[in-house]
Amino acid sequence: MPLLRVESLWKTYRGRSVLRGIDLDVDPHEVVCLIGASGSGKSTLLRCIDLLDQIDDGAVFLDGVEITAVGVDEDEVRKKIGMVFQSYNLFPHMTVLENITLAPVKVHKTRKSEAIVQARELLDRFGLADKAGEYPDHLSGGQQQRAAIVRALACRPEVMLLDEVTSALDPELVAEVQEIVRELKQQGMTMILATHEMSFARDIADTVCFLHDGVLLERGSPEQIFTSPTEPRTREFLAGSVLR
Amino acid sequence: MAGRLGRGARPPVKNPAKSERQLAREAQRRRKTARSRAIAGISSIAALALVISGLIASPGWPRVRETFFSWSELTASLPQVLAGFWSNVSIFLIAEPIILVVGLAIAVTRSVETPAFFPLRALAVVYTDVFRGIPTILLVFLIGFGVPALDLQGAPRSPMILGVAALVLSYGAYVAEVFRAGIESIHPSQLAAARSLGLSRAQAMRHVILPQAVRRVIPPLLNDFASLQKDTALVSVLGVVEALRQAQIHSAGAFNYTPYLAAALLFVLLTVPMARFTDWVAAGAEGRRAARER
Repeated sequence: MPLLRVESLWKTYRGRSVLRGIDLDVDPHEVVCLIGASGSGKSTLLRCIDLLDQIDDGAVFLDGVEITAVGVDEDEVRKKIGMVFQSYNLFPHMTVLENITLAPVKVHKTRKSEAIVQARELLDRFGLADKAGEYPDHLSGGQQQRAAIVRALACRPEVMLLDEVTSALDPELVAEVQEIVRELKQQGMTMILATHEMSFARDIADTVCFLHDGVLLERGSPEQIFTSPTEPRTREFLAGSVLR
Repeated sequence: MAGRLGRGARPPVKNPAKSERQLAREAQRRRKTARSRAIAGISSIAALALVISGLIASPGWPRVRETFFSWSELTASLPQVLAGFWSNVSIFLIAEPIILVVGLAIAVTRSVETPAFFPLRALAVVYTDVFRGIPTILLVFLIGFGVPALDLQGAPRSPMILGVAALVLSYGAYVAEVFRAGIESIHPSQLAAARSLGLSRAQAMRHVILPQAVRRVIPPLLNDFASLQKDTALVSVLGVVEALRQAQIHSAGAFNYTPYLAAALLFVLLTVPMARFTDWVAAGAEGRRAARER
């Protein structure tokens, strides 16, 4: 059984259909990369899965349970899903440590002392041990994004959604964030990534999905998508982004 | 500062001998500054002289000097006016915390989307619309004379309490709008991040949105405080013997308006430090932000 199933998902913004019948299965420990031009619907798909946007048709299942059903406790669903945003979205009035312990303490009712110990362990593992007491705008973009990933991880999610997590970073900072994502894969984290970094997608994905204009046009192994795509649109897109 | 110059031999921290052209440039700059300072000084003195001479040259000046600027009346009335002024200060100190609580509660109520809260939300909208629309002095009259006229069991009759209630109703509406502007100024991505971590709407408001919003609206709030300090004088219409009322009493007895000047001076002495404090807080917030970005 897939861990996450998206079934003919439709999403419309102001009369324009951004997602048009997306089907997607994600198995446990699978890493799925969503590629496609800006505006193709990658971010919207992730936001719909995290229930941040209300869908217009279709369904999303997590562990075989429909999470888009009416009356589902959204907060309970989000406890199982971790999301990381392109612009980090750390809370600027809290230190890194407070950012990370907020949800474990307030949502998961972990004892504060315990949450702090766990947060420090995670920070240590991701090379941020000395940044625990800093405020986010004291950190580089790469450090902020790593802190945001740690913040999501601290909730022990079953699946992580990464929305173009390196797109706002200076080129020299991209690698340090990608390194963390690789480590998560090694630990068996189930992930869906929206990304513009083709070489990274090729390196890390088990499955690559090409979105075009709200439709999931083509999916396959990275090998197949990047060397012999069947759809002309995919070929066109990859030719345009070969330098990435 | 000098950190971006690479790893090799660092240039000296201070320029040991300035070049000719830099020295000339600096001298020119000094001359320019001196010139603008002189212009500013001269024009200020000229403007002040114009106002004063206009005042003194006016046909009624001798009378005005006697009735508004009498030193003996000033010293005679000041103790009484000052005694009344403590009422203004205490009205302010009592009203302000209540206003903050009311304003925040109204602002938060307006941003709650739960359907069960609809009546409360509607009430909050009506409240801000109505009480921002009524002139404060009118509200003081309505509450101050209307509530006792109702003859309700247990309703307060003290003009002081009723005056405070009127000020709270009026300023609560303004402060609610300030808080609401602050809440709405927080980027939606902060809410998305909080919700994605599993925080409920209320938790996100309490731990993520409000702390940021409140910090952001401190300068405009302090501005409203300064305004409230002055408006405590409106309570005098209910017969509370505060600074304005004391000045009125004294001036009626002495046929002299100088006590009003005394009251005005006291209000200025209270609001000016508040204004400087507001500037300091705003500058401090800006400075801290800049320091963090460095």
